Amino acid sequence: EFRRFSLERSKPGKFEEFYGLLQHVHKIPNVDVLVGYTDIHGDLLPINNDDNYHKAVSTANPLLRIFIQRKEDADYSAFGTDTMTRKKNVLSNVLRPDNHKKKPHIVISMPQDFRPVSSIIDVDILPETHRRVRLYKYGTDKPLGFYIRDGSSVRVTPHGLEKVPGIFISRLVPGGLAQSTGLLAVNDEVLEVNGIEVSGKSLDQVTDMMIANSRNLIITVRPANQRNNVVRNSRTSGSSGQSTESSLPSSTPNILANLLHGEEESDEEDIVIEDSGEPQQIPKAAPTTESLELLTQIELVHESTQNGFLPSNEMNLNHSAGSISMEFEVPDPEHKPLEEDGTIITL
Amino acid sequence: MRRFLRPGHDPVRERLKRDLFQFNKTVEHGFPHQPSALGYSPFLHLMAIGTRSGAIKLYGAPGVEFMGLHEENNTVMQIHFIPDQCQLVTLLDDNSLHLWSLKQHSGASELREEHRFTLKGPPGSPPSATQITAVLAHSSREVLYLGTESGNIFVVELPSFKALEDRTITSEAVLQRVPEDYCNRRSCELVEALREHPKNPDQILIGYSRGLVVLWDLQNSKATHHFLGSQQLENLYWQKDGSKFISCHYDGSYTQWPVSSDNRQPEPLENLVPYGPFPCKAISKIYWQTTKNGLPYIIFQGGMPRASYGDRHSISVVHGSQQTAFDFTSRVIDFFIIFSSEPAAEFDDPSAMVVLAEEELVVIDLKTTGWPAVHPPYLASLHCSAITCSHHVSNIPLKLWERIISAGSKQNIHYSTMPWPIDGGTNIAPDPPQRDLLLTGHEDGTVRFWDASGVCLHLLYKLSTVRVFLTDADPNDNMNTLGEDEWPPLRKVGTFDPYSDDPRLGIQKIYLCKYSGYLAVAGTAGQVLVMELNDEDAEHVVDHAEADLLQDQEGYRWKGHEKLRTREGPVRFEAGFQPFVLVQCQPPAVVTSLALHSEWKLVAFGTSHGFGLFDHQQKRLVFVKCTLHPSDQLALEGPLSRVKSLKKSLRQSFRRIRRSRVSSRKRRGASGNASEVQEANTKFDQDALQEMELAPVQRKIEARSAEDSFTGFVRTLYFADTFLRDSSRHCPSLWAGTNGGTVYAFCLRVPPAERRMDEPVRAEQAKEIQLMHRAPVVGILVLDGRSTPLPEPLEVAHDLSKSPDMQGSHQLLVVSEEQFKVFTLPKVSSKLKLKLTALEGCRVRKVTVANFGSCKTDDYSENDLAVLTNLGDIQIISLPFLKLQIRYPCIRKEDVSGIASCVFTKYGQGFYLISPSEFERFSLSTKWLVEPRCIVDMPEITSNNHVHNRPGVENAARKS
Repeated sequence: EFRRFSLERSKPGKFEEFYGLLQHVHKIPNVDVLVGYTDIHGDLLPINNDDNYHKAVSTANPLLRIFIQRKEDADYSAFGTDTMTRKKNVLSNVLRPDNHKKKPHIVISMPQDFRPVSSIIDVDILPETHRRVRLYKYGTDKPLGFYIRDGSSVRVTPHGLEKVPGIFISRLVPGGLAQSTGLLAVNDEVLEVNGIEVSGKSLDQVTDMMIANSRNLIITVRPANQRNNVVRNSRTSGSSGQSTESSLPSSTPNILANLLHGEEESDEEDIVIEDSGEPQQIPKAAPTTESLELLTQIELVHESTQNGFLPSNEMNLNHSAGSISMEFEVPDPEHKPLEEDGTIITL
Repeated sequence: MRRFLRPGHDPVRERLKRDLFQFNKTVEHGFPHQPSALGYSPFLHLMAIGTRSGAIKLYGAPGVEFMGLHEENNTVMQIHFIPDQCQLVTLLDDNSLHLWSLKQHSGASELREEHRFTLKGPPGSPPSATQITAVLAHSSREVLYLGTESGNIFVVELPSFKALEDRTITSEAVLQRVPEDYCNRRSCELVEALREHPKNPDQILIGYSRGLVVLWDLQNSKATHHFLGSQQLENLYWQKDGSKFISCHYDGSYTQWPVSSDNRQPEPLENLVPYGPFPCKAISKIYWQTTKNGLPYIIFQGGMPRASYGDRHSISVVHGSQQTAFDFTSRVIDFFIIFSSEPAAEFDDPSAMVVLAEEELVVIDLKTTGWPAVHPPYLASLHCSAITCSHHVSNIPLKLWERIISAGSKQNIHYSTMPWPIDGGTNIAPDPPQRDLLLTGHEDGTVRFWDASGVCLHLLYKLSTVRVFLTDADPNDNMNTLGEDEWPPLRKVGTFDPYSDDPRLGIQKIYLCKYSGYLAVAGTAGQVLVMELNDEDAEHVVDHAEADLLQDQEGYRWKGHEKLRTREGPVRFEAGFQPFVLVQCQPPAVVTSLALHSEWKLVAFGTSHGFGLFDHQQKRLVFVKCTLHPSDQLALEGPLSRVKSLKKSLRQSFRRIRRSRVSSRKRRGASGNASEVQEANTKFDQDALQEMELAPVQRKIEARSAEDSFTGFVRTLYFADTFLRDSSRHCPSLWAGTNGGTVYAFCLRVPPAERRMDEPVRAEQAKEIQLMHRAPVVGILVLDGRSTPLPEPLEVAHDLSKSPDMQGSHQLLVVSEEQFKVFTLPKVSSKLKLKLTALEGCRVRKVTVANFGSCKTDDYSENDLAVLTNLGDIQIISLPFLKLQIRYPCIRKEDVSGIASCVFTKYGQGFYLISPSEFERFSLSTKWLVEPRCIVDMPEITSNNHVHNRPGVENAARKS
C-alpha cells in the first residue's frame, strides 16, 4: 500500500504526531509499526524519535520515502548503513520478507526495545585491580543469586600493612544472575554498593543496601582472581560514555554522578491502581508554580543527573488518568527539565 | 550527590537545628535489672540499690534520684552509707571498695566516685585472706572495718582508703581468752557480721560464721566478752540500749544474748526456732525493734520450714501476738527498717519495712494495723507481667487525667495512706511541662497507665481485659487463699507475677483518644476491644463480632492458637475503662496494627491476613480486606514457630525459677545459686557462640518478590480526611500498609451525626499503591495544604489544633523500612523520596511525627519525623522535604528488644526498654527535657539532731 501526503517542512512537529498521522493515513490506528526512510545515501534508517524524524524531514529532497512495517513482522536487519546497496531490492525485502527465507539475521532491536544487561562499567575510572559490575535484575526471572560474608583483607595503610575487615562474596547460586554473567566470583571482596563504600559497615548493613538496590545493583569488587583484569593502554576508551574526557580515577563526584544516573534511570516507579482499575506506574509529580523554587532545589539535588525519556506530558496525563477526571496543571515549557523525568508507560 | 550537598550548606538552618535538636538520655524509669545490694542512710533518708552490672542508684523523695556506674561493671555486693555523711562505700564482687560522694555542682547534687581501693594482705597470703565479707562504717566517719574470709578484720582510713595495719584485729588476738574446748571445736573462720555498739562507739561486735561472737574494745584492742554460739551464724543485731543483742543462725533459729559487765562469757537468754520444730532454713537477717508499748518488733528474713515452705522468699514480722510472714514472689535481696533515728529517742518505733526483692521493691507500713503495703512513687515493676507493647499519649486534658486517677485510686484502696517514708533530698526540677501518659500492654492481658510526665514513672491505673474472656485458669486457684489459721502465716505481697494464665491474652496494640476517652486495645489472639471510660462500676454485655479476614479465600488451614472464648451474658466491670465492643479476627492471628477514629466512631485493625473496619457506634463490621498472597503458606498456617519457641521459653523460665528456688547457702558459698546459674548461663552463651563461629555467617542477596512470605502482614493503619478521589471534595479515608510494600486506600462515607445511627458507614477501595522496592510499609501520613500533618481526630474540635488546610493540595507520605516517599493527592504522583537503606544500609524500625520547639524563641516550632533505625540510631528527618537533619546513636544495634520497644512522644522524647523492667527515657528536643535535678543537703549534725528535709516531706506527701 502506498500513500502520499504532504508535511510542512519548516514545522514538522513531533514524532508522536507524525506517527499518529501515519496511523491515521493508513487507517491502522492500533497497529504497532516500525517507520523507516531512505536517506540521501540510500540507507534505510529508522524514524522513532523527534530527532531522527526531524533529520528525515530535513533531508527530504523533496520527497521523503517512508517505509512502514508491522512491528511483529519487522526485519530489523533491514536497517543500517549500506542497506540499500547491499540488498538489491530493499523494498521487496521489506514488503515480502517471506520470499527471502535465508539464514536468520542477527536481530538488532529498536532502541526502545533495548534491555539493559549486566555489564562491567567504569573501566576507565577505576583502578585496574577493581571491577565495577552492574547487575540488572529487571527483566529477568533469574534470582540475583549470591551470598556475602564477613572476612578480612590486607590493606596498605599509612601505618604499613594492616588486616582490615571486609565483605566478600561467599557463594554464587547456580543459574542465578550473578553466576550467569560471569562477572562476579566467590571470594571477590565487595568495596562499594551503588557508589557507597562498604568499609565500616556491617554484613547486615551491606545486605540491606544490596537488597535495597537489587533492581539495579552496582557492586565494585576487588576480584579474587586478578588475572582477568582489563589492562588499559589509554584513558580514552570508556564504557560509560559520559565520563571519558573529564574523569580521573579520583573524581568521586563524577563516579557518583554516573552511579546515580544509572540508579535513577532504571529505578522503576511504583504502581498505583485507582478505583480497582488497571495498575499504572506512578508518574513524577508536576511541580506547582508556588512550590517550584523549593522543589527545584530538592529535585535538582537528586535528579539533576537524570537523563530522562521523552514521552510528552500531555500524553502522560491523558493515559494515566485512569477513570477519574481531575484538574491537572499542564506545566509551562520551562518546567520541562523536571517533567522529563517521568517514565510513563501505560500498562 | 545529595550526600555532598547535605551538610552545612545553609548556616541559618544549621543554627536553627542547634536550637531545635539535642540528644540526651535523661532518666531510667522502672525497677533496676538484677539488683544485688541495698543500702539506706537514716541520716540522709536516701536508699541505694546496687546491681549485678555495677550500677548504683540512689533514691530519696520522689524526683530525687542519682545514678552511678562502676567502671568494672562488676556486681555490687554491699552498700554502706558513711554515718552522717553524703558518702557511701560499695563493695564489688572483685573485692574492690569504692567511695561515692554526693557533691553539689551548679546548684544540683551529683553522685561521683571519689576513690577506689582493693585490700592487700601480706605478701604470699592467699586471696581469701583479704576477701571482704563484712563492712562496718564506723560512726567516727574516719575508718572502715573490713571483716574477711580469713577471720581478720582490717581497718582502713576514710576517705583515703589508707590501710591502718597496726589496728588490724587478727583472729589470734580474738581467740586468746576463748576456752580451749570451744576453740578446738571451731576456729574463727570468716567474719560474718560487724556491728558497732549503739551507745559506745569504742565497742564493736564481731560475729564469726562458726557461731562465735566477740565484743571487741577498740581502745584497748582486746575482747571484752565472748559469746559462744553453737550454730552457724548468719547475722547480728544490737538492741537499742546496748544491753542485749540478737544473733540469727543457719538452722532457722535466733538467740538473744545479754551484755553486762559482770559476765564476760554469758549464756544465751533465749534461743528460738520460730518456725520449728521441723528443720528450717536459715534466718539470714534479723531486726529487734523496741516500741513504747513494750512489745518489740522482731523482723527476720527466712527461717521457713525447709520441707514445705523452703522455696518461699519470706520476711516475718512478729509484734506481740501478731505475726505475718510476708511472702515475696521473687528472691529477697535485702531489706531495712525505717525507725526513729534520733539518738535521743528512747525507742526504735519502726515505721516501715523496705524490702528489695529481685524483681520489685515492697514497702510495708508497720504503723497501720494490718501492715498494708505502701504504694511506691518510683521503682515501679514495669515487668510485673512481661511488657508486650507500649503507647505514649502527650498532653492529656486535665479532665481525663483526673478521671483516670480516680479510677486508679479505687484500685489502690488496699494500699497504706502513709506518706512515702524515704524522703531525703529535694527535687528542684521544674514542674513537668504537661501531663503525659505511657500505656504499657502486658502478656497477662492488662494495660497499665503510667504517669510519665516527670522523673518518677508512677502507676495511675491498671486495666485488665481478662474479664471479657473465659480462660483456663481457675479463679479459685490463687496463691493467696491460705486460711486465717494457717501456719506459717504467709501473706503474699508485691505485684510481680511472671506467669500468664494464657499467652493469647497478651496486649499487642493500644490506641487511646485523649479527647473522647475511647480506648482500643488488641491482642495476641486477634481480639480487638473498644472501651469507654466510666467513672462507676457497671455490669453490661460486651457486643461481640467476628471479622473473617479470609472471606473469599478457600482451602486455608490455620494451625495457630484458637480464638479466645468469651464470657456469656453481662459482665461486671470496675470503674475505669470498660469494654463495650469485642471484635475477634478470624483466623485469630496476632493483631499487628490498630487505629481508632473517635470522631467517626470507627476502629480499624489488621493481622497477617488482612484488615477490617468496625463501626463501634452501630456495632457493625463495615468491611474486611484480605491482603494475603495466595502462595503465602507460612502466614496461613499461623505462628507455628513462634508458638514453639514460646513454649520452649516458658519451659525454660519455669526451670530457671525452680532452680532459683532450690535452697542454698547465701552469696559466697561455692554453691551460691546465683553464681551457679550465672556460670551455667555463661557456659551456654559460650557454647552458642562457638556454634555460631563454626557456621560461616552468610547473607543471601535477593530481590524481594511478591511471593515472599508475610507480604500481607498489615503493618500500619491510618485514618485521614483528605482528597482521595478528586481535588474538590475531601472525604474520610482509611489507609493500610503491608509488609510487602502495598498501600491500600479506602474511601469512607460516614453519615452525618444526626443520621449516624440510621445509615450504614460505607467503604470503597479507591487506591492501591505497590511500592516497587516492596519493603514493609511502617508509616502512612497525610500532609495538608501547608504540609502540616493532619491533626488527630477531635483535636480541632477541642481547639487544640488549627484546622487542616483543605485548600492547598494534600500530600501522602509513605514510610517503608527502606525509603520515605511523598506522593501528591488525589492523583498519586511521586514527588520526593529519601532512600535510606540504599544509602546507609539501615532500615526504619520506628517513625513518628514530632513537634520540635526552639529553645531560643517561643514562637517557632516545626514538625519533623523522628526515626529509629535497626542500627539503633535516631535520625530526625524534615517535613515535607525529607532532609536528614541530624543523627544520634541511641541504642546498641544488638539490643533488639530495646529497639523493638522504643516509643516516641509527640514532642521529641522517647522511651525504650534497657531491661525487662526498665525504660530509658531520652529527649531529642532542646525544649522538652525531663531529667532529675535535685539537691541533697547535709542535715545539721552539731546538735545530734537529724533534721528532716522539709520540702522533701511535703513533696512526698503531695506525690503519693
